[in-house]
Amino acid sequence: MRKRLISLSVNGRGYDVWVTPSELLLDVLHDELGLPEVRYGCGEGVCGTCTVQFDGHTVSACLMFAIQAEGHQISTVAALLGEGEALHPLQECMLRHGGAQCGFCTPGMLLTADCLAKRTRRPSRDEIRHELVGNLCRCTGYTKILDAIEEYVSLSSPDRPSVEGAELP
Amino acid sequence: MTDEATLPSPATARPSVEPDSAAPFRVVGLPLAHHDFVDKVRGTQLYAADWKLPGMLYGRVIRSVLPSARIRSIETAEARALPGVIAVLTARDVPRNRVVERASGGLGELAVEMPVLAHDRVRYVGEPVALVAAVSQQIADEAAELIEVDYRELAGVFDPEAALDPGATQVHDEGNVLVEWNIRRGDAERALAEADLVVTGEYRSQHVEHAYLEPEAGVGWMENGVLTIRVATQVIEHAATVAGILELPENKVRVISAYMGGGFGGKEDMTVEPYLALLVWRTGRPVRMIWERQESMLASTKRHPFVMRYRTGVRADGTILAQDVDIIGDAGAYPYLSARVLFAGAALSCGPYRTRNASLRSRAVFTNNVPTSAFRGFGAMQVVLGYESQMDRVAEALGMSPTEVRRRNFLAKGDIIPTGESLDTVVACEETLRRALDRLGEPPAPSGPSKLVGRGFACNMQPYGRTIWFRDRASAWLSLQADGTLLIRAGITDLGAGQAASLCEIASEILGVPLGEISVYIGDTALNPPAGGTFATRQLYMSGNAVLHAARQLRAKVAPVAAEMLACTPDQLTFEDGLVRVACGGQSGTGLRLAELVAGCEQRQVDTSLLSIWRAEQGAFDPRTGQGDSFPDYTYGTHATDVEVDTETGEVKVLRYVASHDVGRAINPMRVEGQIQGGAMQGLGYALMEDVVLEEGNSASTLFAHYFIPTSMDMPDVEVEIVESGEGKGPFNARGIGEPSIAPTAAAVANAIANAIGQRPTQLPMTPERVLALCLRR
Repeated sequence: MRKRLISLSVNGRGYDVWVTPSELLLDVLHDELGLPEVRYGCGEGVCGTCTVQFDGHTVSACLMFAIQAEGHQISTVAALLGEGEALHPLQECMLRHGGAQCGFCTPGMLLTADCLAKRTRRPSRDEIRHELVGNLCRCTGYTKILDAIEEYVSLSSPDRPSVEGAELP
Repeated sequence: MTDEATLPSPATARPSVEPDSAAPFRVVGLPLAHHDFVDKVRGTQLYAADWKLPGMLYGRVIRSVLPSARIRSIETAEARALPGVIAVLTARDVPRNRVVERASGGLGELAVEMPVLAHDRVRYVGEPVALVAAVSQQIADEAAELIEVDYRELAGVFDPEAALDPGATQVHDEGNVLVEWNIRRGDAERALAEADLVVTGEYRSQHVEHAYLEPEAGVGWMENGVLTIRVATQVIEHAATVAGILELPENKVRVISAYMGGGFGGKEDMTVEPYLALLVWRTGRPVRMIWERQESMLASTKRHPFVMRYRTGVRADGTILAQDVDIIGDAGAYPYLSARVLFAGAALSCGPYRTRNASLRSRAVFTNNVPTSAFRGFGAMQVVLGYESQMDRVAEALGMSPTEVRRRNFLAKGDIIPTGESLDTVVACEETLRRALDRLGEPPAPSGPSKLVGRGFACNMQPYGRTIWFRDRASAWLSLQADGTLLIRAGITDLGAGQAASLCEIASEILGVPLGEISVYIGDTALNPPAGGTFATRQLYMSGNAVLHAARQLRAKVAPVAAEMLACTPDQLTFEDGLVRVACGGQSGTGLRLAELVAGCEQRQVDTSLLSIWRAEQGAFDPRTGQGDSFPDYTYGTHATDVEVDTETGEVKVLRYVASHDVGRAINPMRVEGQIQGGAMQGLGYALMEDVVLEEGNSASTLFAHYFIPTSMDMPDVEVEIVESGEGKGPFNARGIGEPSIAPTAAAVANAIANAIGQRPTQLPMTPERVLALCLRR
């Protein structure tokens, strides 16, 4: 298949990449751009380990062709880091609560939680559960992940940089 | 693997059962996040698939599409001709195309060969037949489609009970029964005849998928004439098996284990290793192989389905007089670790109860189903449904409470178990039972007219550590660096449960090196002293003890130097916060930084590096009498739950779930809780949802869309009650918790459902269809 050159914007940085039309966004992010945080887990859009934010919404990178991402903003968990690579408060909550065991699902979980926190001012534990349904975890039993996210969304706005100006009623 | 350590000052430690000096601890007992957690929340942790080398090829396995067939021919010309294909390999390209697994250590199972690539015969759907390496994954996948295998289909056998029939199709010429274990104590038949009550029950469990989120993966390359594979594995010691397959000296194969994205026993046997090794060896180029999820679910090993038949004889007062247990486990097409899984099944089939008369038989039986092998719980899990359902049935028949009948029979320290061994640590079942039920409190009310609420619980005992007759050992090599930082080198692999982090905490406790100044290098056959694989809940016990003893020996070695430098005696020293200080009369005054101490050691030619080999208990087992040494020790616990059954739909909703275990001592309570919560959740999937559906050996469950594991919405939070009895054989008297936490779940849920609807589920998973059928029987 003929390759074509596309421009991707990932974590605020521009990349020109040669891809075939059938190449998946996941493979380009992981293998071509060298972003190990975007992971193959199932290839069927169920497990959530390849979750990225696509113009601010979570998508499974295994279900998209790379060419579909041209002209859109893609963020991985690396985009959460602050100045000097400082951990985002959400990541700190996850760390404090032991929300990661093997860590394979963690970037996807964080991106999903971040989207929810930006969309909803103070989601309940049940709303968080509902939001995480597309991110499977086989190690933690979810409790500590929920604890971490629950603490994060309870933080006041200065500690929750993403919430400003994005609140819904 | 060798004992002969030529590294600095090898020192061998022996196990001790005496309690360690008690608290106060400085590091042990704190809920610490550790180095691997930081990488994991950043997303920078590198797994087996996150490795790319110049000129790397992409590998692919071509697998059997039939459960039982003769291979007439394999046509590879078209695949070879595809541009970009570098190698196509079949059985004839494998130097030594057979692996003989002797999982029991040669105690009586059949010696059945498993080919690396099927030569003339396939025995299950998914069996590897050929390999491809190409310059891209896409081309490798295309080439795989072009390989034509001409099969002549043969009869197969898919039900282990049918496979026991003398006239059954033979999966292997050697016979269908891989192993039969018989553990006997007292006279079970006679005791059953004399019992006031005999309760009979039959229980069935299913094939279960590990469903680690990281599929099997690895990258291999040649380096300095050494075949190196960096792979997601629990057991780097497979390097020796890979060397055997390639007919290479063992020191020419190096296996590195990446941090794993979960394993649960599914990465205990080899997965991609031999295939990667063959492709690297034949092409001379780096190769990556990642199994697709569908491929992983189709062909990776599964949990053994058990058929368990129990006859339990009791006295009118509830005292157990005898257990007669018969277990049949479906081994699938090849041995893998079935012999040992079925041993654990038989050995643990009476649970944490005094059983004076026992006749316990288990058999692993070949079928043309996907092979089964290690899975968290390892045979000791399936039987909990058996013995805990029996206990509730006994209670019901005698009109006793389920708690009372258990209390009358709980094992205690010093009691003899059916293998004839005496228990040498405390059995805290009663405490975990009390804690779990107290935590549940008052039962909730049903949420609607068609709903019934029930409470159930299950107690369990699960071994930690390998079967004793393997004479287990683990080693660790500690080095204090010139700047006072510490290096730990250990052959341990990390599944994601914090195996490496625990070693740091143990060393920090003894040597006083701050956690941030400890680096741990793990999982490399070339650079780490062997630790024997991460399975059987053995690494805290084994490598934890190795590090503990190495740290103590290292401290004992450098303490006289510090004492000399500080003009005191070694017993006056404290090692804390990177400092060695004199602490006499309650005040700590002058001190040394560890860097100064290392410099002092250097001047006095005292080595600050130390290798320690720790040996577990030694013993033997006699398969003829079924008596001998089985496991080093056990972790006990109770899980209790409230469920609501919708009698119109059969749906079971878990309302509350409490899990309590005696872990001896919690080295890191946050991780202990995490293990228990994760184990219980995986167990809830096993109890209610998960089932690898096989039809004549063909799997209908090869997608996450068809095989459901619990999501965040399916189950409630798992509430944890940690009991610390202060007795256990791990470091600081800890017990292992990896496997124990998954085991009682299905039985607790089954007992709760029976309590709600008055009908007892005996087949897993307890799906709405099955529970509805029970409801209709009411």
